[in-house]
Amino acid sequence: MTSLDLLFAGFGLLAVVAGMLAVTSGRVVHAGLWLVVALLAVAGCYLVLAAELVALVQVLIYVGAIVVLVLVALMLTRSPIQASGTASVPGMHRVLAAVIAAGTAGLVAVVLWPLAGPAVPRAGIDSTVLAEHLFGVWVWPLELLSVLLLVALVGALAVWRRSATPGAAPGSGAGADRS
Amino acid sequence: MIHLHGPILLAAALVGIGLYGALSRRNAILVLVGVELVLAGASVLLVSAGSLGLDTLSAGGTLALFVITVAAAEVSVALAVILAAHAQRGTIDLDQGSPDGPELGQRS
Repeated sequence: MTSLDLLFAGFGLLAVVAGMLAVTSGRVVHAGLWLVVALLAVAGCYLVLAAELVALVQVLIYVGAIVVLVLVALMLTRSPIQASGTASVPGMHRVLAAVIAAGTAGLVAVVLWPLAGPAVPRAGIDSTVLAEHLFGVWVWPLELLSVLLLVALVGALAVWRRSATPGAAPGSGAGADRS
Repeated sequence: MIHLHGPILLAAALVGIGLYGALSRRNAILVLVGVELVLAGASVLLVSAGSLGLDTLSAGGTLALFVITVAAAEVSVALAVILAAHAQRGTIDLDQGSPDGPELGQRS
């Protein structure tokens, strides 16, 4: 066990515990907040692996934008603040879900375990080299992702506008010209 | 020097926990929380593969950034759909059927 192993294990344990609390908590807002802790712990794991740019982007976008969106949506849908027994499905389905989840996790671990051998040097992900490759080798997927984000933005707005105008008949086109 | 057992176990655990969350939650937004955990597990595996120094094209780091971007786009569209469903039905409880019957998008 090297020191990097111990650091990674610490952050990993935090991520696993926070993740379990996020998926089992009876209060929905607490589940969102435990997701913040889990994703921050994953960013800590990235720092242990010396991938600073990915860790910063994770904190900025995953924690800073996605979880904020989740919490705002929880508020807009008037989710209950107090502990509620109706946050998860009833007993037998939950056991079945746990069995399926444990099976999947076991499958992933068993398939990947032979790849782990003795200790390997951790070179990290250099931000300069990553930036060169991102705009060099990966420039086409990068630009397509920009288009994807634009499409997602317009699509989300269109879905919201269609539902906000109750008289909109299906197939009447974009509701953008009714204001 | 790092052993790869840690990242592999963490990725498997996050995938399993996220899958449990996606399967066992009644609130549609909490299902999304589970899906985010699965994506985080996959990104951990990508970044740990990319940080070993064998990655000549920076595929590990780049694909992790792409996963984060796609997750952001997916969450925004999914939340828009969930909010629209809430506006139409008044609830986002996945265990309750639609009040108008099984057809979607019909208003009585």
